[in-house]
Amino acid sequence: MIKVERRLVQPRWLSVGVPVGSVAVSFVVIAVVLLITGHDPLHTYRRLFIAAFDGKAAWNDTITLATPLLFTGLAAAVAFRMNLFNIGGEGQLYIGAITGSGVAFWLGPHHAKTLTIVLMCVCGAAGAAIWALIPGVLKAFGRTNEIITSLMLNYVAGLLLTYMIFDSASPWRDVSTVQTRSFPQSVALQPSQFWPAVHPGGVVIPFGFLLAFGVAAALWVLFRLTRFGYEMNVIGDSQRAARYSGMRTRRKILAVMAISGAVAGLGGASQVGDFSHVLDASAQGLQAANYGYTGIVVAALGRYNPIAVCLVGVLLGGLQNAGLFLQGADFPSGLVGVMQGIILFCTLGGELLIRYRVRLGRRARAAETAPAAEVA
Amino acid sequence: MRGITKRFPGVVANDGVDFEAAAGEVHALLGENGAGKSTLSNILTGLYRPDEGEISLYGRPVQFDSPSDAIDAGIGMVHQHFRLVPTFTVAENIILGEHREEARRFLIDPREIERRVSALGERYGLAVDSGARVWQLSVGEQQRVEILKALYREAKILILDEPTAVLTPQEAEALFSTLRTMAGEGRTVIFISHKLHEVKAVADRVTILRGGRSISVVRAAEASPRELAALMVGRDVQLARRVDREAGPSEQVALEARNLSVRGDRGEESVREVSFTLREGEILGVAGVAGNGQRELAEAITGMRPAAQGSVAVCGRDLRLGDPRSAIRAGVAHVPEDRLGTGVAPSLSIAENAVLKSYRGRSASRGPLLRWRGIHEQARDLIRRYRVAAPGTHARARDLSGGNLQKLVLGREFTGRPSVLIAASPTRGLDVGAIETVHAYLREAATDGVGVLLISEDLDEILALADRVVVVYEGRLTGEFDPGTATVEEIGLAMAGGERT
Repeated sequence: MIKVERRLVQPRWLSVGVPVGSVAVSFVVIAVVLLITGHDPLHTYRRLFIAAFDGKAAWNDTITLATPLLFTGLAAAVAFRMNLFNIGGEGQLYIGAITGSGVAFWLGPHHAKTLTIVLMCVCGAAGAAIWALIPGVLKAFGRTNEIITSLMLNYVAGLLLTYMIFDSASPWRDVSTVQTRSFPQSVALQPSQFWPAVHPGGVVIPFGFLLAFGVAAALWVLFRLTRFGYEMNVIGDSQRAARYSGMRTRRKILAVMAISGAVAGLGGASQVGDFSHVLDASAQGLQAANYGYTGIVVAALGRYNPIAVCLVGVLLGGLQNAGLFLQGADFPSGLVGVMQGIILFCTLGGELLIRYRVRLGRRARAAETAPAAEVA
Repeated sequence: MRGITKRFPGVVANDGVDFEAAAGEVHALLGENGAGKSTLSNILTGLYRPDEGEISLYGRPVQFDSPSDAIDAGIGMVHQHFRLVPTFTVAENIILGEHREEARRFLIDPREIERRVSALGERYGLAVDSGARVWQLSVGEQQRVEILKALYREAKILILDEPTAVLTPQEAEALFSTLRTMAGEGRTVIFISHKLHEVKAVADRVTILRGGRSISVVRAAEASPRELAALMVGRDVQLARRVDREAGPSEQVALEARNLSVRGDRGEESVREVSFTLREGEILGVAGVAGNGQRELAEAITGMRPAAQGSVAVCGRDLRLGDPRSAIRAGVAHVPEDRLGTGVAPSLSIAENAVLKSYRGRSASRGPLLRWRGIHEQARDLIRRYRVAAPGTHARARDLSGGNLQKLVLGREFTGRPSVLIAASPTRGLDVGAIETVHAYLREAATDGVGVLLISEDLDEILALADRVVVVYEGRLTGEFDPGTATVEEIGLAMAGGERT
């Protein structure tokens, strides 16, 4: 007989022990799946690790895939920390890419690189912040459910992105040649506008990746050291207590939505500036990767702590990178999806064990000392 | 129940408790908060399993693995917080979770159930319209539904957890006679309380719990309230009694409400054209049965809830209604009814909660940045001055016991040097020791010239503290009494909406 009970105390070691245990459990489960499908688990794991974290090329790809996740993860963490469920990171990232690239196209290649980058960041963040304010205003003044409104706006943003390249002659669309007029594509950044990267020991670390860590540090300061962060914590914990202490809850909702959107928007600008150098509305482009939704998972696994979110983002980036590497003739991409799914399922499911304990057997006392992390 | 032991991390809630109730008796379980009454009743109703000890029903040992085992064995429980679905009818609530006879069928026949519920109600004097929706009922009626639910399931043993907290004295008297009828039929009624005179009034025997142990079993008729209190607390105590303060109320008006009307959560008019004045150094008691607009009144004065009409002035200056910050600036301190969800942010630390009202001030922040050192200093100061038993300023507020939490809230509110204090049910759920402390602090505040509006459902508390008593019934102030001369019956009648004679 299995009983699930709420924990009366949550020991601190659990917040580290449970995730580690969950990952371990997921690898055991994956091993079973791999054996059934006729693959050697140990060999697969070794390839997985090598693909993600061994060598410069592996790190380059991991960092590339992790960068947008850092932004969307931080964006979700900001809002979720105040119990404001901004699911709209996906759409806010698109809008950030649109406004961020827009200003670069408008400026043209003959300006200082610094100016271009600053303006791309500012416009990307501002555009996405305004976009995020739509559900924010509706929540603060209309008491609508921000989960629904922010989610729905993702589709609007996605369609807007498609429209600007495929269905209109917008300033974003390249109409300079016959070829681009029949095969729509966006204007491209000129090399003088590309975001820089640093190369410590041959690993390419793009500017956006560093920017994300800067944002994380800023958010950490905001959460820990400022009055604003204190108010966010109170509102997130108890709206009534916040009202009781005279906090302006509405303004805080607007501000936090704007910050959350701005962070996601920076991610969009970074996608254009660092990597694609175009506004990619195609099926393999921005809309294919679900950065915004994955960011929510990153934020949850990082427990909304900006520093932890960065670490989780890099790990998940590695996982995606390894997935791309693993798949091939003998290793179907579906199986990669299954592996990633099992890992996410176990880590998210393991969260339950932090708040609840599972007891086995009729005699309650027998199971009391069993380490919780192993029951996932 | 024999040798019942239940441990939680860090506490032994029940430590070898023996408890025995006979068929046909009303047996009171008396003890302070934290004495283990709730744990014991949760074990008896199958919610918890004991770590040690055994339970026998009518001589036969039993083991409950879940609440439904206990229900099948004929044990019913009326919780302090009702477990009813507000949008369901009385009859629907009664068959909820029931798994015998009609209720088990795929198609249920509401008429038949309503008929049976009405019949039960008549037999025990528990009049309730069985077709009515629960949200339409008063709290007293909802309690009757809970009792009917247990009777419908043919409970032979009925446990009531602090049932009178939500009743007028008259309603409580009616409940007692129902309980005696039930005992007269051979059922067992277990009555959990910490109110001595109720225990004396209704129980045949009393088991006293203290610190998780059963201290003694006495016949209710043979023990005096004072003896019971001494057994319960473990030392001789002063029962709540009027203590005259050195300084009486001054002539200065601290708080004045004029024609105040407030809407409740469902848009109904909860407070209707209420006017009163509160002078500096005065304790004004607002008596009334729960749910007659007390919460809305307190929230309107403190700005937590907008007012539909009227005005509130503090020291002669009008407040901006519906804006808590305006009330805080004017010096209105608030000890809210819901101290864990409103009075503090439960998952945040004691330090963070200690500055909930003053974090904008100079000692807690500089510009946009917080001064954590100052905040912790302030919290330590609060803990020391108000004797909050806390492991440290980093501990979460929710880990404090009710009494210590209330001391934290009170201390914080006093720190702001208020001119008015709105205290809503400030001692609800606290043990005798903590109640004494809270009462002392309230008296001290009044002595310092603070106008105290004491809103409480505990009439004894109001009579012990207040200089003046007003009664609220259905959102109106229906009477004003001098606590020195008024009788409990007179006030009780006003609480039930009766005319003054």
